[in-house]
Amino acid sequence: MSLDQTESYQTPDGRTIGPVVMEMRNITLRFGGVVAIKDISFDIREGEIRAIIGPNGAGKSSMLNVINGFYHPQEGEVWFRGQKRKPMKPHAIAHQGIARTFQNIALFRGMTTLDNIMTGRFTKMRAPWWQQAFWTGPAEREEVANREVVEKIIDFLEIQAIRKTPVGRLPYGLQKRVELGRALAAEPKLLLLDEPMAGMNVEEKEDMSRFILDVNDEFGTTIALIEHDMGVVMDISDRVVVMDYGAKIGDGTPDEVRNNAAVIDAYLGVAHD
Amino acid sequence: MSPTFLYTIEVILNGLMAGVMYSLVALGFVLIFKASGIFNYAQGVMALFAALTLVGLQNGQVPFAHLINAVFGTDVHYFGWNVPTVAAILLTLLIMVAFAWAVEALILKHLVNQEPIILFMATIGLAYFMEGFGDLMWGSDIKKLDVGLPSGGSFWLEDLTAGWAAEGAEYYGMYIDLLDVWATMIAVTLVIALMLFSQYTKTGRALRAVADDHQAALSVGISLRTIWVIVWSIAGFVALVAGIMWGAKLGVQFSLSLIALKALPVLMLGGFTSIPGAIVGGLIIGVGEKLFEFSIGPLIGGATENWFAYVLALLFLVFRPQGLFGEKIIERV
Repeated sequence: MSLDQTESYQTPDGRTIGPVVMEMRNITLRFGGVVAIKDISFDIREGEIRAIIGPNGAGKSSMLNVINGFYHPQEGEVWFRGQKRKPMKPHAIAHQGIARTFQNIALFRGMTTLDNIMTGRFTKMRAPWWQQAFWTGPAEREEVANREVVEKIIDFLEIQAIRKTPVGRLPYGLQKRVELGRALAAEPKLLLLDEPMAGMNVEEKEDMSRFILDVNDEFGTTIALIEHDMGVVMDISDRVVVMDYGAKIGDGTPDEVRNNAAVIDAYLGVAHD
Repeated sequence: MSPTFLYTIEVILNGLMAGVMYSLVALGFVLIFKASGIFNYAQGVMALFAALTLVGLQNGQVPFAHLINAVFGTDVHYFGWNVPTVAAILLTLLIMVAFAWAVEALILKHLVNQEPIILFMATIGLAYFMEGFGDLMWGSDIKKLDVGLPSGGSFWLEDLTAGWAAEGAEYYGMYIDLLDVWATMIAVTLVIALMLFSQYTKTGRALRAVADDHQAALSVGISLRTIWVIVWSIAGFVALVAGIMWGAKLGVQFSLSLIALKALPVLMLGGFTSIPGAIVGGLIIGVGEKLFEFSIGPLIGGATENWFAYVLALLFLVFRPQGLFGEKIIERV
């Protein structure tokens, strides 16, 4: 399927996929002599679920880290919402509307579920510190308003029961869900999920898949995710990028990717006869 | 009531109030350690520097007077006017914030992702630099600090308790220094305010977030550098309060920076990462050393206050290395 950057289209299940919101152009990332990402280009469209897959060490997480600014590529351009992005600090990129979760859960372990998700509202709260310090009108109103949004997210993710529990005490699956909540709280224009289902059992995976689809459906959030479970990836994503040894070896709908010879080779190995 | 019993109560009360003063210093350490993993050796010197600046401003001293006189051959020492106490405190606070900003811009910024030991060494350097800088700026003579807090024994309490002892006993009432009472009240207010701020405001949550996980904090849009400036500013504020209290008690002198050493056993008891730990640790050490001196001291020749806290800390290191409230250290292998 070839489409113009600004065109929209309808998916078979009736969702609208909009124009390109993020575009990676010829990204190369090196760590000393190691090339983590080799000249990769792909785009992410508004409202779609875009998966990045590949064997271990393919450079998927590095790619996510480039998108959210933890890594700065040596070559290539990142275009976000029609503008070329200058090299930026990760916190500045968060303010542009990119939120993420981490492969090895990175929650604020000492804080409660509520406070964790509330911290996700950081970019939405503007009251200066002296107003916060004395809890004057604007700061208090802001605190209350944001708290309401957070409560909605807690309802949405069905984690009311653990609102006041320090997250360090929660089981793994729930921690992953809280982390998703914290990222959602920022109302991101692009949500990055680094292996949202890693280490989960089948039931937890189904829950998480449902939440990801619901987020995409209800809020129209654009999602880029890394996942190992091929079944899940093929089920929930609109388009898939396949990476191997830092290079892109496939890009397209799940069906196209499934039948791509290079992809099959990477995953199943090639017979060297 | 027997006089011994009343003495014991008096000792405990004095111990609690001394403990609050230790907590105040330990609090500054905990704030910075939590947020950036840096053991800030310079915390004691920060208290000294704050106290020096406050006194200097109050007395209308010309900063760098010796330097100016040596270079230009002049003979200036005082401006000839005094800054009112409240204004002087606010000005000192501003200077501490500027100092926090300078520390971030000149030191921390360049040492991001370095080993903790490197950062620790940097704070040792900072401590000696500040000590010298304070000397150059305000001179090294011992100064009297008076911020208008009442001091001296409380006659009210003395009269009240004098009648409690049994008839005919030789007891003349409890001696409680009013300055200690004030220091305790101010410290308690400060701690409660800090707790509320960190619980219920955006910046407070951001502080705790950075303390927990740098990467995650960045990913929700928190700038580490801003937080570091804020944390060092708050630590500077705590140092100022500690400097005022200790300075009013002992006079503003360079040995004031050694109060940092008193904070070490407090931290070992309470845990390096816990604010309640710093408070409780300080109280335990304060009461512990006073009671020990009162009960065992006479048997072994006294002066136990110099080492009791460290021995207690040593015992804690052996049996509970994470402290009373510190996070348990679990290393996954």
